[in-house]
Amino acid sequence: MPSYVDPSKCDGCKGGDKTACMYICPNDLMVLNKEEMKAYNQEPDACWECYSCVKICPQGAIAVRGYNDFVPMGGQVHPMRSSDSIMWTVKFRNGNMKRFKFPIRTTAEGAANAYPALKCTNLDDELLSTEKQLPSPTMLAK
Amino acid sequence: MALPNKPLGELPAVANPEVVEHDVDVLIIGGGMAACGTAFEIKKWAPADLKIKLVDKASMERSGAVAQGLSAINTYIGDNKIENYVKMVRNDLMGVVREDLIYDLGRHVDDSVHLFEEWGLPIWKLDAEGNNLDGAQPAPSLPAGGKPVRTGKWQIMINGESYKCIVAEPAKTALGDENIMERVFIVKLILDKNKANQIAGAVGFSTRENKVHVFRCKTALCACGGAVNIFRPRSTGEGKGRAWYPVWNAGSTYTMCAQVGATLTMMENRFTPARFKDGYGPVGAWFLLFKAKVQNGLGEFYANSDAVKGELEKFMPYGASPVTPTCLRNHLMLNELKAGRGPIYMATDVALNAFLDAKKAAGMDEKGVKKYWKHLESEAWEDFLDMSVGQAGLWAGANIEPEKIGSEIMPTEPYMLGSHSGCCGIWTSGPDEAWVPAVDGPRSHQYKWGYNRMTTVDGLFTAGDGVGASGHKFSSGSHAEGRIVAKQMVKFCRDNASFKPELPKSAQEYADEVYAPVRRYLEFAGASTASDVNPNYCKPAGIMMRLMKATDEYGGGVATYYMTSGKLLNICLDLLKMLREDAELMAAGDLHELMRAWENYHRIWCVETHIRHIEFRKESRYPGFYYRSDYPTVDDANWKAFVNSTFDPATQEWKCEKVACINIIETEPWV
Repeated sequence: MPSYVDPSKCDGCKGGDKTACMYICPNDLMVLNKEEMKAYNQEPDACWECYSCVKICPQGAIAVRGYNDFVPMGGQVHPMRSSDSIMWTVKFRNGNMKRFKFPIRTTAEGAANAYPALKCTNLDDELLSTEKQLPSPTMLAK
Repeated sequence: MALPNKPLGELPAVANPEVVEHDVDVLIIGGGMAACGTAFEIKKWAPADLKIKLVDKASMERSGAVAQGLSAINTYIGDNKIENYVKMVRNDLMGVVREDLIYDLGRHVDDSVHLFEEWGLPIWKLDAEGNNLDGAQPAPSLPAGGKPVRTGKWQIMINGESYKCIVAEPAKTALGDENIMERVFIVKLILDKNKANQIAGAVGFSTRENKVHVFRCKTALCACGGAVNIFRPRSTGEGKGRAWYPVWNAGSTYTMCAQVGATLTMMENRFTPARFKDGYGPVGAWFLLFKAKVQNGLGEFYANSDAVKGELEKFMPYGASPVTPTCLRNHLMLNELKAGRGPIYMATDVALNAFLDAKKAAGMDEKGVKKYWKHLESEAWEDFLDMSVGQAGLWAGANIEPEKIGSEIMPTEPYMLGSHSGCCGIWTSGPDEAWVPAVDGPRSHQYKWGYNRMTTVDGLFTAGDGVGASGHKFSSGSHAEGRIVAKQMVKFCRDNASFKPELPKSAQEYADEVYAPVRRYLEFAGASTASDVNPNYCKPAGIMMRLMKATDEYGGGVATYYMTSGKLLNICLDLLKMLREDAELMAAGDLHELMRAWENYHRIWCVETHIRHIEFRKESRYPGFYYRSDYPTVDDANWKAFVNSTFDPATQEWKCEKVACINIIETEPWV
């Protein structure tokens, strides 16, 4: 299905204007049913399995069941993402498990320098704001 | 039981949405790598009173092609010569590229990569012994002399799960949240009422509330990615979503620019990457980092056979490169498949065990080998988990352990894009530099007209997948290109300070056009007890399947092993003409479906340009990506030239033309 929501865990992000999964899905797939206060994937055959909703869900309510037209049942890949690393659990159809942990970021969230004070003036050359010099091509065609 | 004739989704559309008008100087359409580059750069050049707005169909934190993450940055020049980057790109793309744009990209791209590293993107490094360190371990930064882990000559490995989040953060901070609108889908660009060939605005709608947004602007960037789900995919059920390129890219960049008269270039180019079958996991690291080889169904490693060498000699000079062009690698694979020697396997087992055997032969003890294997295994899985989790899911479901068994690879359905190993897109000005050729004639023949990356329409810029004839920029290059555009848009505003954009129609008229599918739904939904089957309208999902069937069968999709012909292409164009007419009958009951309707308008147009270009080019420039049975060879004598096409919005007519391709970098030696 791609991503699916466990109703026993989803709290509809407590009725906010938008749920975390709605906020993040790049393909506008996740929606909230306000009567049930549960989210769901409204178009599973348009799901890229990008895991953005799985990673962001504050309740851990979203998981992925592989595409039913080519993935045999029983396996699952599931992440736990923190601010600096991600831990993946890979469960095979035959029950085997593997775990992998990778770094995702070397700075604190919010710490990326946007260079707000950097102001440049010469609009008539090709230099970008943080560049000092630019080469021109050599090895020219004859 | 309720009858199913009600809107899908949770956000029903209404007949009369609120209409909101905006006046800005600069409109940035898109939120991917290119638009993030623009957002980061623009305020460093803009005067304080310049009004800038960025509009993204999704949310910037996870929008665009890098939403899921990446396991490598494919363009980092480092110690290489930029001239050799140009040579690599032009050879991979069979000779017909804009070398000015490629060189220009190459001289800016590393600055973006250095920013990514500073912002917190973990980049793998080599330690003093030549072992790989992941990006969180202490090592000098790239500018300080840190050695990246190169796979090929141009690629570097990263721990890139959060790549897009990291790049979006300073982009948003630099531009300011108040200047960003997310979940608004721009569907049409608008030319000025008074000044010919000048962009003046755009119209779009919210996918969260019933609101149409009409913008007036002096200059706009249109950077909404490439085109996906335009040919019938190999998986047509749920797996349709597991497209190789992001499934939400609907060709919006090409269509919207073309419709206002921007000249397109090389729309015949497409990309049909050979990837792990069904899951479409990346193969680059397997080929380059793990040195894996492909095996045919007979167990032969066919890539180095005499037959293959003979085949490549048919495509000189391109076939002579040590790195065979991507399309020709596909061509060789297709020859195996067509001869019945499939399936093709990536011999992951052979590759991984070769590493272990080498360690054992070098005297490493059992414990050491075990530890080494843990590291190697982790690297192999990370390649998928960083950017194509679905492939890891397929391996898990099928009990695939790559050290025990190889995995099948297969060329995918075709995609249209300009930033990866493809080069369709929009014809733009190169940098205003003496080394960029000066060419007489209309802009559609020129290489520079004052504003770098401006399209042939005044004030309209593009970047990333949008810029044609300049492939292999990838994520980093797209960001750099967005930064280039930022400065140029500010310059355009400075030079056109007195220009007051005026739209030819009222805001309400644009809103009526955008919401036409909603009104059609509301008018006719009652004519049937089933929402999707109605004699008065068609639904977006059905129109998309009809499009993909036509292109697949007649336009050289997987159904025919990418083979087409003049005859088939003209049938395809006839089918698309009727499809375009019927698309006017699309109906949408909710906001999500309205988005799908407009994506389909974009898809249909964009594929039509693709088919039109293939039909015009009387040769097969990219064997392995597509073939014309009536002109089956690469014909450099007649066709080593661009095909450019321009739609005239006034007369509604298309013009295709051949445009000279000029080499800037030496051609002897060619690579």
